[in-house]
Amino acid sequence: MIKKFKKSSEATQAAIVFVATFIILFAGIQLGLISSYQTGIIISVLINISLAVSLSLVTGYLGELALGHAGFMAIGAYTAGLITLNINLSPMIAFPFALLIGGLITGLMGIIIGIPALRLRGDYLGIITLGFGEIIRIILNNLTITGGPKGLSGIPKYTNFIWAYWVTTIIVIVIFLLMNSRHGRAINAIRENEIAAESVGIPVAYYKTFAFAVSAFFAGISGGLYAHYLTQLYPKKFDFLYSIEILVIVVLGGMKSLKGTIIAAIILGFASEYLRRYAEYRMIIYSMLLIAIILLKTKGITLKSIKEMILKTLKKNKETSTIEGSE
Amino acid sequence: MDGILNFLQQLINGLHIGSIYALIALGYTMVYGIVKLINFAHGDIMMMGAYFAFIGLTMIGMPLWLAIIFSMILCAIAGVIIEKIAYKPLRSAPRIWALISAIGVSFFLENLFLLIFKPDPKPFPPMNIKPIRIAGLQISGITIITLLLSFAIMIGLDIFIKSTRTGKAMRAASEDQGAASLMGISVNKTISITFAIGSALGALGGILFAVAYPQIDPYMGVMPGLKAFVAAVLGGIGIIPGAMLGGFLLGIAESLTKGYLSTRWADAVVFGILIVVLLVKPSGILGKNTSEKV
Repeated sequence: MIKKFKKSSEATQAAIVFVATFIILFAGIQLGLISSYQTGIIISVLINISLAVSLSLVTGYLGELALGHAGFMAIGAYTAGLITLNINLSPMIAFPFALLIGGLITGLMGIIIGIPALRLRGDYLGIITLGFGEIIRIILNNLTITGGPKGLSGIPKYTNFIWAYWVTTIIVIVIFLLMNSRHGRAINAIRENEIAAESVGIPVAYYKTFAFAVSAFFAGISGGLYAHYLTQLYPKKFDFLYSIEILVIVVLGGMKSLKGTIIAAIILGFASEYLRRYAEYRMIIYSMLLIAIILLKTKGITLKSIKEMILKTLKKNKETSTIEGSE
Repeated sequence: MDGILNFLQQLINGLHIGSIYALIALGYTMVYGIVKLINFAHGDIMMMGAYFAFIGLTMIGMPLWLAIIFSMILCAIAGVIIEKIAYKPLRSAPRIWALISAIGVSFFLENLFLLIFKPDPKPFPPMNIKPIRIAGLQISGITIITLLLSFAIMIGLDIFIKSTRTGKAMRAASEDQGAASLMGISVNKTISITFAIGSALGALGGILFAVAYPQIDPYMGVMPGLKAFVAAVLGGIGIIPGAMLGGFLLGIAESLTKGYLSTRWADAVVFGILIVVLLVKPSGILGKNTSEKV
């Protein structure tokens, strides 16, 4: 009973956070407090959140290294872009339809790429996914329907703040619910010990493919958001550096924490935008930050530990002040 | 007759680029063998090697052989420093953290050189060596030097690893670090030596690459680095002859695709071969299949 109560209160808490954030940001945009440039940053951070959260399903929860996430995203982006370019429907129907089909086709690709995952482990799987990602990029670069290296342009700009926010929120909620369900526990068990998981009757092959497929499905949807935000797509954007960028968010976010992943995506997104003013020094500072964060992490210094430290000192101060007060 | 000649020509081109991939792949595989880290910065070490040789050749006016030695020594030092700063503190951490650190180092090196040398490609001083003609086949001097140099280095490395004390220490440390240190091997020193040798070989690969495609830019290491890594995995990562075999196979496959199919699809074929090989033999061509213990 208490547990159930706790769970439902957590759910309301999360719902309040999601709705409140939306209202604050939306009001800011409507009142002109947030400029269109800043809105752009927010939308790209939201897209990165949805990508990172979908990757965390494979890399964080299933514990397999995947270096081809940008390839999945590219399939979703091109599919959705081609659909809205070629059908004449109102945006309210065409856009969700394109996102969904883009996601489904990417999910199918995820199944195809998930099959090698049954045979390979660790770095070898990482390199296979990297290979698939690069092959997807080369195919996009050579097909005529995708415009080749010149890219696909003229995609209608359907992605606005509202779409980006709610699609990302839905992805986060679905993955959260999934990971706290029977399926999520099965995936966690496979990561902890595959043989033990198999011996208690978890269909390992099924769940590995399942995780890849779901991860690809959501990556495809975020690709669709991306396509309708930028309105033009180039194969070069989806190279393996972009996959790495998303992987960095997941690792810095703590691998198995959706909250951490979201925070990491926000911090990295804004840091990289803020550093733009330093022009050519930007990437040098960014890369040094990356190394520094990882080195601090090995020393046990993370955002969480800093937060705990602050809370502890605050508590101490409070305690000492009440003691002083009682005297 | 022409068909055979053309085929042989493509094969020689493949051996040329393949030997460069093999040299770079050796660095990946040696480092992976000993610290189980995919050293993403290795492609950038290769780029640094090319730039250091460029500095030696054009600014200091060294002869080529001295510029090569100069660049290899500088890169060896750089490799050791990178290991000490960015990888050593992460040795007991989850492996993916060290991977992120390596990615950070890679970005750092690329952008540092971008800042110093500006993004535009610089022409690498051309080598004027007469091509050799054998029965209608024309083999450029650069190809011959590249092949001779890389074969000599690989044989040297093989002897070094098999019969010197340091080489034995390297093999021991890659098999079991704990046991090696109990036997009195300084694991830290051995890892430093591994990084030094790997980086020096990477530098040589970079110089030979720059000589073959006579221009250099700060991002030149990304694609060859990736392909060399693919070569290392193809041959079985951590296995030194595997890296050589993988490098040559990759180079030949790439050259034949470019010659007979299409230039644009060459990279896709390279990655396709990798996927097929790994699906058939998950631990690479020369890798031993290890079964999981229950």
